[in-house]
Amino acid sequence: MSPTRWDFPVELCCRPMAFVTLTGLDVVYNAVHRAVWDAFCANRRADRVPISFKVLPGDHEYPKCRSKRTSYEWYIPKGILKTGWMNKHLNLVPALVVVFYELDWDEPQWKEKQSECATRVEIVRQSLQGRNTKVAVVLIQKKAPLPPGEDVIASERAAALCNVCELSGKSLFVLPHTDHLVGYIIRLENAFYEHAQTYYYTEIRRVKSHKEFLNKTTHQICRLCFQHNTPLDAIAQFRKHIDLCKKKIGSAELSFEHAAWMSKQFQAFGDLFDEAIKLGLTAIQTQNPGFYYQQAAYYAQERKQHAKALCNHDASVTYPSPDPLETQTGVLDFYGQRPWRQGILSFDLSDPDKEKAGILAIQLKERSVVHSEIVITLLSNAVAQFKKYKCPRMKSHLMVQMGEEYYYAKDYTKALKLLDYVMCDYRSEGWWTLLTSILTTALKCSYLMAQLKDYITYSLELLGRASTLKDGQKSRIEKNLMNVLMNESPDPEPDCDTLAVKTAQKLWADRVSLAGSNVFTIGVQDFVPFVQCKAKFHAPSFHVDVPVQFDVYLKADCPHPIRFSKLCVSFNNQGYNQFCVLEEASRASEVLENLTQGKMCLVPGKTRKLSFKFVAKTEDVGKKIEITSVDLVLGSESGRCVVLSWQGGGGDAASSQEALQAARSFKRRPKLPDNEVHWDSIIVQASTMIISRVPNISVHLRHEPPALMNEMYCLVVTVQSHEKSQIRDVKLTAGLKPGQDANLTQKTHVTLHGAELCDESYPALLTDIPVGDLHPGEQLEKTVYVRCGTVGSRMFLVYVSYLINTTVEGKEIVCKCHKDETVTIETVFPFDVAVRFVSTKFEHLERVYADIPFLLMTDVLSASPWALTIVSSELQLAPSMTAVDHLESQVDKVVLQTGESASECFCLRCPSAGNVEGGVATGHYIISWKRASGMDSIPVIRTVITLPHVIVENIPLHVNADLPSFGRVRESLPVRYHLQNKTDLVQDVEISVEPSDAFMFSGLKQIRLRILPGTKQEMLYNFYPLMAGYQQLPSLNINLLRFPSFTNQLLRRFIPTSIFVKKLAIEYLGRRGDSWMTPLLLLRDDQDQPSVFRQRPQGSAYETHCDLEL
Amino acid sequence: MAVCIAVIAKENYPLYIRSTPTEDELKFHYMVHTSLDVVDEKISAMGKALVDQRELYLGLLYPTEDYKVYGYVTNSKVKFVMVVDSSNTALRDNEICSMFRKLHNSYTDVMCNPFYNPGDRIQSRAFDNMVTSMMIQVC
Repeated sequence: MSPTRWDFPVELCCRPMAFVTLTGLDVVYNAVHRAVWDAFCANRRADRVPISFKVLPGDHEYPKCRSKRTSYEWYIPKGILKTGWMNKHLNLVPALVVVFYELDWDEPQWKEKQSECATRVEIVRQSLQGRNTKVAVVLIQKKAPLPPGEDVIASERAAALCNVCELSGKSLFVLPHTDHLVGYIIRLENAFYEHAQTYYYTEIRRVKSHKEFLNKTTHQICRLCFQHNTPLDAIAQFRKHIDLCKKKIGSAELSFEHAAWMSKQFQAFGDLFDEAIKLGLTAIQTQNPGFYYQQAAYYAQERKQHAKALCNHDASVTYPSPDPLETQTGVLDFYGQRPWRQGILSFDLSDPDKEKAGILAIQLKERSVVHSEIVITLLSNAVAQFKKYKCPRMKSHLMVQMGEEYYYAKDYTKALKLLDYVMCDYRSEGWWTLLTSILTTALKCSYLMAQLKDYITYSLELLGRASTLKDGQKSRIEKNLMNVLMNESPDPEPDCDTLAVKTAQKLWADRVSLAGSNVFTIGVQDFVPFVQCKAKFHAPSFHVDVPVQFDVYLKADCPHPIRFSKLCVSFNNQGYNQFCVLEEASRASEVLENLTQGKMCLVPGKTRKLSFKFVAKTEDVGKKIEITSVDLVLGSESGRCVVLSWQGGGGDAASSQEALQAARSFKRRPKLPDNEVHWDSIIVQASTMIISRVPNISVHLRHEPPALMNEMYCLVVTVQSHEKSQIRDVKLTAGLKPGQDANLTQKTHVTLHGAELCDESYPALLTDIPVGDLHPGEQLEKTVYVRCGTVGSRMFLVYVSYLINTTVEGKEIVCKCHKDETVTIETVFPFDVAVRFVSTKFEHLERVYADIPFLLMTDVLSASPWALTIVSSELQLAPSMTAVDHLESQVDKVVLQTGESASECFCLRCPSAGNVEGGVATGHYIISWKRASGMDSIPVIRTVITLPHVIVENIPLHVNADLPSFGRVRESLPVRYHLQNKTDLVQDVEISVEPSDAFMFSGLKQIRLRILPGTKQEMLYNFYPLMAGYQQLPSLNINLLRFPSFTNQLLRRFIPTSIFVKKLAIEYLGRRGDSWMTPLLLLRDDQDQPSVFRQRPQGSAYETHCDLEL
Repeated sequence: MAVCIAVIAKENYPLYIRSTPTEDELKFHYMVHTSLDVVDEKISAMGKALVDQRELYLGLLYPTEDYKVYGYVTNSKVKFVMVVDSSNTALRDNEICSMFRKLHNSYTDVMCNPFYNPGDRIQSRAFDNMVTSMMIQVC
């Protein structure tokens, strides 16, 4: 027997196919038959039904069916399944025999042909004697068949043929030899397959009825189930099979055979499952081939253990001769038969010697099997599967087992590689028991290979708090570690192979004698070493003029106290490293010896605090000082030296979880003596900021908020030194605080010179203006001017920096100090300007009329909380406007208090401009102003106001009146009306004057006249007032025949409708020559009614009104 | 009844694990640990379901040749894992489920203890007794 005796026979591993034989085909000499055969054989792809065809002569001898025995007892010692059985049914005994015969329905010699066909069928039946094989007949016909039912002869003859051949109608087929041969063949094939399946189903039932446990068929049943996409049936079948066979161990001396067989079963099922998946089956996480490979591996391990126990023969035991495992023929009759029992038909083992020799032979053979290799292969198959089905932990577990198997196989390198790979998974999830077990194996591997660094690393962790080892074990490991550090060999790990230990001891001895490379740096942040470390700065920030202080806390978890030789701390700025080294005192300083001895020794469970301090460099102000690593050196350079290196401020793989737990805990910690702390209460603080020295100066701001838009706002900064020594290099930074709205930067400008207005080119922030040195108590003042172009609030920053010399820890340093002040200043409009258009009668105008004078009124209302001086104002007219008279400012040098307003009035005229969309531009109104409190040197600000556009309309006729400002009773009052034709047409004008009770008048009462284009007509009336008071004038009515829209209402806008008539005067003071057009200074009174002030001639007195009625 | 009972923290480290002393403890540790693969998968599959409608009992996690592993997860993602001998076919699903409920109740009592810090290993005599009663019942 070969070591591959557990492999399955070939016939078990192939895809089972229905076996169909074709007879009556002459594939050599008959072209038609050849074509039919080719159509069956060619292109047998997976989509065609699984049939294997064979062409045989009609009288082929099939295997004879043996007579069956009625009792099963006869089979038991002999065997159940013959080795040839599978092959027989796959390749020798057909499920269906097909008889091909050339016969057309309209064959003239039908009778002869029919009986010949029947004979052929009979011959086939003869040769299949006793078998249940089906027979079918295919008639090869030259003519294409008629549609069913139409060919009466065909159906009659077919029935007759079936009758003669003893065939059912379903077993008679017709194959017309036409163009569509392949199509017919495929249909035939499917029909054959159905017949074959019926045959196999009855056969299976027959076989099953023999015995339930025909285990070899399980394999094929499972495969069929997978093929038919019923994986659960497959699994159930397999389970049934395994549960049945699990307990049938057989001979105790050969129990490894059973384990091997079980392993093989599982592996085979795994293979089948995997194959099915490759063909499209979907497996799930909990049901995938990995489980079967895994179980196969376990049985392989069991086999190994059994073999180890059973096959530990002395070297003197020799292989029995003659070989009891050899048979004469080299093959066995039945599956699972002992070779030396061939042909024995009874239970009693007649020949115990032969039996013993056989067992010995098998046992000796087993010794040469490399079990580990089998186990590892199976495990790695399982790993691959579990990786696919999202089982990372299962994968890790299998890898641990692989590692352990490699360890048993003495392949320590591979073992370590695997174990090292998965260790971190267990560590990160906190499964310490499992981690400890893996580490223990890893430590053995590293010992046996004398891998120094690995040995030390694993020892460190096995001594640590994550290790679940007993104290005794830990003591042993710690002792070994100390030995290694002292350049000696460690004791061997327990339960190691004695031979391997011998080799290892030699290796260790070699390592000892080797000099150099004795310093091992081990980064501990990824595992849980037996020394814990936490570094903590005393504060999150230090001023540069005080020393930076921090503590390093250490705690050992090993069973015995441990000494370290050096502790050093590294920073991101390496310049500080030199100040933070703690080393064993040199031999010379004996006095300190005791003290440092205690300091350099870590007592298990006790927290040791080591304090450091150093002076920060001034250039590190504003920077972070970070501890990049803490290195603890164990051992000495003379022996071996291990550097435990913590990244940052300490902490390892387990500490973050521990810190979290400690933070959650409400537990009160027991009180400890002074200067001792609870380890859990220490929180790592690995970085600190260096900040500048606290300034000792005062900065004051003086200003008058709010700022007015566009003014040069004055900000006075006062700096006073309270330092004890002179401060140097005082610098001022002032302006808009950075980090605000970007638009503000564009619209804010700062300067030191208030005498001129600053423009866009000035910055928003003035930086580092040197202002000299200051003696203690001295103060200085600096004025800054800010111009804000938009309203809104802004934050301004005033920042004063200076240098001062100071001493820290006896070391002189130059400190840069600074103090800043921020202030928020609101910017507001200094005043509101309102503009109105009114008629010469001060009536509000929606629109102005071309060429007719109107008034522009401006109101400037102060909104500033501070008094404003209007230095001057100016009206800049647009080209489309003309001034009727002077445009001098009427508000020069006016001081406006909060809420006061100044108004101006200008008489303007707009020449005809046609119809302009949106109106005609008026021009600009410019106000020059400053704060009333502002110094003379402060520039005047010009604020330009764009005046609104006005709609200009043409009118056909302009009427204006010349009349005195008042009349007197019984004094002639001449009134002249000017009528001007503004059109290009001759105007027909009807004029009438209606009489009034208050006046008599002379002049044309009603007239109709024509005015030529562009010309003027004058109408003179002499009114004679009869009553005093404000009197309605006789109203002038004008009717334009061409422009009915020109109404009297419109007319009333241009001409006065009433006049003040004075009573008869005692003293006549002369008529005022003031015209209507004089610009007026208007000041608004309380009732918001404009009142007119007129200058009176020198020496004039109030007019006295006579009460006398004339 | 059960051969191993374990309580696993939300972060997947063991809070409590006990197995029959007669057998290899490590084997059960590995078994419980590997079962977390399935637990994780089941939790993530039902992650979208509403919390109060969720079934806490996860059912059979995976069968091995000799054992059956069952799982249960609380709303705070603490997992209970129970290993039962495969040969013990008398144990039905709803019995397992009720065992888990009992375990959950006992765990809740542990959590209610003001001296217990959530996330620490469970060292409670009452909980121990409950687990013992589940492990030694005759089957």
